Formats: sequence, C-alpha cells, structure tokens
Amino acid sequence: MEKTGVYVCHCGTNIAGVVNVEEVRDWAAENLKDNGVIIARDYKFMCSSLGQELIEKDIKELGLTRVVVAACSPHLHEATFRKACANAGLNPYLCELVSIREQASWVHTDKAAATQKSKAIVAGGVRRVEYHEPLEPLHVPINPATLVVGGGIAGIQAALEIADAGFPVYLVEREPSIGGHMAQFDKTFPTLDCSACILTPKMVQAGSHKNITLLTWSEVTKVEGYVGSFQVKVNKKARFVIESLCTGCGICWEKCPKKVVDDVFEAGMGERKAVYTPFPQAVPKYPVIDAPNCTYFMKGTCKACEKFCPTGAIDFNQKDEEINLEVGNVILATGWDPFDARRITQYGYGRLPNVYTSLEFERLSNAAGPTGGNIILRDGKSIPKVVGIVHCVGSRDKNYNEYCSSICCMQSLKFAHLVHEKTGAEVYNFYIDIRTPAKGYEEFYHRLLEEGTHFIRGKVAEITDAVRLPGEEGKTIIQVEDTLTGTQLRVPVDMAILSVGLEPRHDSKETAKLFGISCSADGWLIERHPKLDPISTMTEGIYIAGCVQGPKDIPASVVQGAAASARVLGKIQQKEIAIEPIRATINEEQCSGCRICNGLCPFNAIAYIDDLEVSRVNAALCQGCGTCVAACPAGAISGTGFSNQQILSQIEGLLMLGYSKEAVPTP
Amino acid sequence: MTETFEPIIIGFTCNWCSYRAADMAGIARMKYAPNVRLIRLMCSGRLDPTFIFKAFANGADGVLVTGCHPGDCHYIEQNYKALRRFHLMKRVLVQMGLEPQRVKLLWTSAAEGAIFTAEINRFVEEVRALGPLNWNAAAIPVVETTPMEVTV
Repeated sequence: MEKTGVYVCHCGTNIAGVVNVEEVRDWAAENLKDNGVIIARDYKFMCSSLGQELIEKDIKELGLTRVVVAACSPHLHEATFRKACANAGLNPYLCELVSIREQASWVHTDKAAATQKSKAIVAGGVRRVEYHEPLEPLHVPINPATLVVGGGIAGIQAALEIADAGFPVYLVEREPSIGGHMAQFDKTFPTLDCSACILTPKMVQAGSHKNITLLTWSEVTKVEGYVGSFQVKVNKKARFVIESLCTGCGICWEKCPKKVVDDVFEAGMGERKAVYTPFPQAVPKYPVIDAPNCTYFMKGTCKACEKFCPTGAIDFNQKDEEINLEVGNVILATGWDPFDARRITQYGYGRLPNVYTSLEFERLSNAAGPTGGNIILRDGKSIPKVVGIVHCVGSRDKNYNEYCSSICCMQSLKFAHLVHEKTGAEVYNFYIDIRTPAKGYEEFYHRLLEEGTHFIRGKVAEITDAVRLPGEEGKTIIQVEDTLTGTQLRVPVDMAILSVGLEPRHDSKETAKLFGISCSADGWLIERHPKLDPISTMTEGIYIAGCVQGPKDIPASVVQGAAASARVLGKIQQKEIAIEPIRATINEEQCSGCRICNGLCPFNAIAYIDDLEVSRVNAALCQGCGTCVAACPAGAISGTGFSNQQILSQIEGLLMLGYSKEAVPTP
Repeated sequence: MTETFEPIIIGFTCNWCSYRAADMAGIARMKYAPNVRLIRLMCSGRLDPTFIFKAFANGADGVLVTGCHPGDCHYIEQNYKALRRFHLMKRVLVQMGLEPQRVKLLWTSAAEGAIFTAEINRFVEEVRALGPLNWNAAAIPVVETTPMEVTV
C-alpha cells in the first residue's frame, strides 16, 4: 500500500474563507486511511517555502510515496509541488495537485457544499495518485534558430535581440517591407519624435544583420513539431524581381506607367505604381510587382520595368517559392488591423469627404506622405480652420468592440497638437474619458489643454453635412451631447478625424489555428497568464509580442518583443529542455493489430509494424492527447499520466461523497 | 422527497480549453452550483466511454463532457473524435434506459469562463429536474426505438 500525504492549503483566506480546511484535513485523515493516507495537514500557504518544507520533511521522515496537495489550479503550482517532492527524493510525478480554490472556494458561496466538494476532490486526488507512476521528463534539444512572424516594431525588436545575442532568426513579413504600422505614422506620442526617424535605423539593422534572414512578401503556411523542433513551411510569394540582381535603384517604378491607389501603406490616400516599394526607406529595398494590377499580367504587353532595369532583375516568370525552416521557438508579432469606420454609418466615413480615419490623418501629416505633410482636405486645396477629433471610434462600444483600444486618447491628443501646429486651426476633441496612464502621457494632455484645444465630454451621435443652422453651410457638422453641461451641441468643422480603435488582424483566428494556440472571442491571441506571463502561450515554444496579444502602444510593443526574445534566448541557452512525459504507449502483447488507432492520430505518430502485426507509437511525434488510448478495443494502449486506472479511480474518489454530509451515493 | 434533490455531476474537461475556462471562472470569482466535480484530461479525445458508465455506476446523476471549440483543438481535431463518440455513447445510454438529458456536451474556450459557468448552472437544473438516477427503474427495456440525432 502506498503511503500518501494530504496537504490542504488555506491560501490565506482564498480557500479557508469558504472551505473549512480543518474539516477537509480531518476527513481525509480519517476516511481515506484505507486508501493509503497516513498524514493529512493544513497550512496557510502550501506554496510558500515553509509549506513546501512541510511536505519535504514528511517525505523524508514518514517515507511518503505519494503526495496530494489540495490548493490552486495545477496550471499555477503543479511545478512548485513537483519540485518540492523531487527535492525530498520523491519522483515528482508521484504528486497530484487538486484544485479546491478555482474549483471550490472561488466559485461557490455555500460553505458547507464547498467543503463537501473539496473533500470529494481530495478523495479523487488520493485515489488517482495511487496509480501514478514515477516518470522521467523527456529531453528534447532546442534548435537555436527562431522564427519571428510579423515585421512590425515588436517583431523587429524581438528579432534584433535574438540576433544580437548571436543566434539565427527568420523574420517573416507578409508585406513587401518590414516596418509595420509604425512606418506609416508621422510623429509618436508623447515626445513627438518622428516615427520614421526612430524606426528606420532599426529596420536597416534588421535587414542587414548577419543573423537575420529576412523573408518579406512571405507567409507561413504550415507549422509542425513542438518546442525545440518546429518544422515551418513559408510561402515566399513571387516578387517578379530577382533579389540578387536588384540594386533598388528605383528606375522600374519611375518608368512603370500604371498607377494604383495604395490601400495598404498610404491608407488609400495616395498612389503607387504597379511595381513598387511601399515607402522610400523600405527594407529590403527590392520592389515587388503587384501582379493583379500590372499591365503586363493583365494585357500581356508593357514590360516597361524590364526594358529599363539596368541590371536585368525583372523576371515575369518567377513563381511562388516554398521554403522549409527548422526552428526551435516561434514569436508571433502579427499586429493589428484598424477598425473599419464604415461600420458606423452615422459617422459618415466613406460618404462625407471631410471625414478621415486616424491612419489617413497619419499619412496626411507625414512629410513623406501624399501631401508632403501638409494638412489639406480631399479637395486638394483647402486648409481646415476647425477640426474635430472623435475618440473611441469602434472601441468601448457594445455594438462594435467593448474593449478600450488604449492608444486612441494619446493618438487623438497627438493629432490635436499636430493640427494646431501645422494649420493653427481650432481643434475639438470629443471624448468619453481621457486615458493617459503611461510615462509622460498625462503631462502631454496638460500641454494640450494649455495649447487651447477644446475638450468636449460626450460620445458623438452623428457626423453629417445636413445643414440645420446658419453658419453650418459647407461644413461637416458633429452632433454631440456635452455630458458635462448637459447640452446638445452641433459643432461645424472642416475636418473630422475618427480615432479608430485597434482590432485583431482579420485572419488572427487562422493564425492561432496555424500555430496551435488559442485566441479570445475578440480575436486577440491568449497569453499564458494575463499578468505574470503575458508573452507566453499555452503552447511551449510559441510566444506572442505586441498588438497580437491586445491593443498597446509602441513602448509596450517593444517591451513585449524584447521580453519574448529574452524567453527564447533562455530556452536556447538551455540547449535542451524537459517536456512532460505524457505519451501513449502500446502494449504489443495485447495489440491485435486492428489499426483503429492509426487513423485517429492527427500527428501520424502511430505506425503499423507489418512483420509483428502490431502498432507502435513514435514517442517523438506523440503529443499525449490520449485519443488512441480511449479508442483501443483491446485496451492495449496506455496513456502516461492519464491511464484508465488513474481516471477511473479518480471518478470513484470524487463520488465517495454525496452533495451534503449525510447523503452518500448508492452505487 | 422532502428536501430539494441535489444532483452530483461529473464533468470531464480538457487541459487546454475547458479546464482553463474553469480556472478563469475561479479567477474571476464567477459563481456556479457546487454540484459539479471536474476531472482533467489532456483532451476530450481521451474520454473513454467507460469513464461515463463508471461515473453513472458510481452514483453520478449527470455527466458533462467539455472540450475546445471545433477547430480549436490543441491536438488539431481530436475534439471531433470526442464528438463522434459522444453521440454514439448517448445512443448506448438511451438503449440502457437512461435519459439522454443526463449527458451534455459543451465546447468552451479558455476565455469563456462565463459561458462555462452559465452552462453548468443550466445543466445542474436540467439534471435536478430529472431527479436522482434510478438505474433499475430506468433500465426497463425500451420497446420503441428512440429517434436518433444525426450529427457529424
């Protein structure tokens, strides 16, 4: 018989406030004797070093062979208690952590029922742990190469950190150039330094780094494997430009006769050619030919770029190329999409000429943008005299996105300042709440107040060109209730800027699926822990950085990029890591060779051995889901850590007690 | 029965989505009926139908099977296999004379603590309405074939 110790945690009052831990302890000591419990204790914080020492001491002195800790979720402290067991010389996998906090004290108010349930949970753990086996973690080597997906500021930062530490990085970017949204911006808040001035040196660094392989105009199409050894397929789209020959001289796009509205980089405000780099400082410098818009691809004639290219770098026959990469870790930094302001029809975007989105304004204000940085209305000549900036467009709104996009307040303040500075116009900010919670942000807000920007607290109801009052002719009118004075206002402006919120990439769900991680209902990828581990995911070896995890500003994105790379570097430095030994194994004596399991495995980890007429599991490919275990008609497959005996015993334990103290279920 | 009947329900959760939804419900202090006792599996695909029979045999009044949303499985597609088995197993349970409402399949993501909580409460009420599992009475041979749900 095993000698089992039961340890019930108070977690301060988190558990003890609802569950009577002493009663659980006494019940386990008394009623689970026949199941091997020789000691049951409670302690204020089992996870503290004193709590752990308690377990270690009992293992040594009482010769415990099994440990059950009733505390929080195994996702929080399983590793802690396993380590404590290992310290005392007990195989760490002989410990079971059962959750009476997340599953009892925190979710139930009826103290008696929660206590009763906790006893049942402890009984389930005690019965289960009896069938635990001593296991050794599997050791897998870590491939030192890293894949970074997304070449915005977060991805660039992550790639540079890893590359500077001396390890190879593949930086994959969907667009022709790295830089991301930050490359589109004019100034950055709150310091107002120019976005390109601080970003482009980093882009160049990433583009020329000996440890970084840049794969732009490329997308990841397949990911297989696990931490330490991922096999990734990347589709490098045809550029129709031979990179080794191209010097980036720009003659091709000078000569290209086809103009196309640039919806991506210029946010529809400007034009580019059919062969183009999105912006002058693009990295890499090689252009791409936009095949769907290229005259040659449409009509079969033109080839102006080819004729004029001094190095013969144009190749119309180029095909998409599939690149196979082997990497040990992955950082996802795929960023965000702007909220589509057309969805709020009453704001008139797309219908009223003088309504702009924030990204459009960035391009308008950018010295490298379509107007050379002059704030001119769509008619091409008028300079606005009154400008209204609408906050929270598509954010903090149950009809669109409930969350706060976190950057729009500061972005709007920045716009207000730029408009003021460049045109001297009167600026109105229409806000719900002003949120300026980072370093230097509140000071910037005060600066704007001093500059004379008007702040009107109220959610804009409508933006219209329907004139109702004198003085509104030819104006764009913003209808709003000033909630501080309780008055309805109609503010006629020349230009309305919608500070649109941040949304997950339109294909973020597919990204999550591709990399085998989860994303929230909104579409933001889910971190391992919202506070303590915001850059890891539930899948080992896959990290997230920047806005792919949720809306954030540039400093926060950079921090996450750097943090994710630190995590990856830690993994690389370990050279090999231990992974959970949860794997399926087939008892070949029992296997009838029916091959039912073969087809069930999504990882092709089960192969049929012809000569022996049995199936066999490849432990390196097996991920431990246990589907084959459940399906084997001969019961020949066993799942380590989740064997039939373990689960069936846990069920028995959980059902040892009825709902209330008196009731005992009758089998 | 003088008191209200309090059913005991065994809930199977998957390590990646629904167990974490339960964790999330806890962290957010959402409240649900204490009638449900959870078991963690790595994947809903691990769910051996035997586990469900075992739960009923040992006195559970209902069994909740949970997993990741279709398409979200950590192991690519094993929740579809759980789905197939679930419906097959439900037919067997019906043939054994059990009310099909005693088993429930629920997909929840790690972010859906609120849905997890609400569905547990609803299921507890549904099982409460059925009354205690009366295996012997329920095991009266079914003469009529029950119309089967066709899924997947």
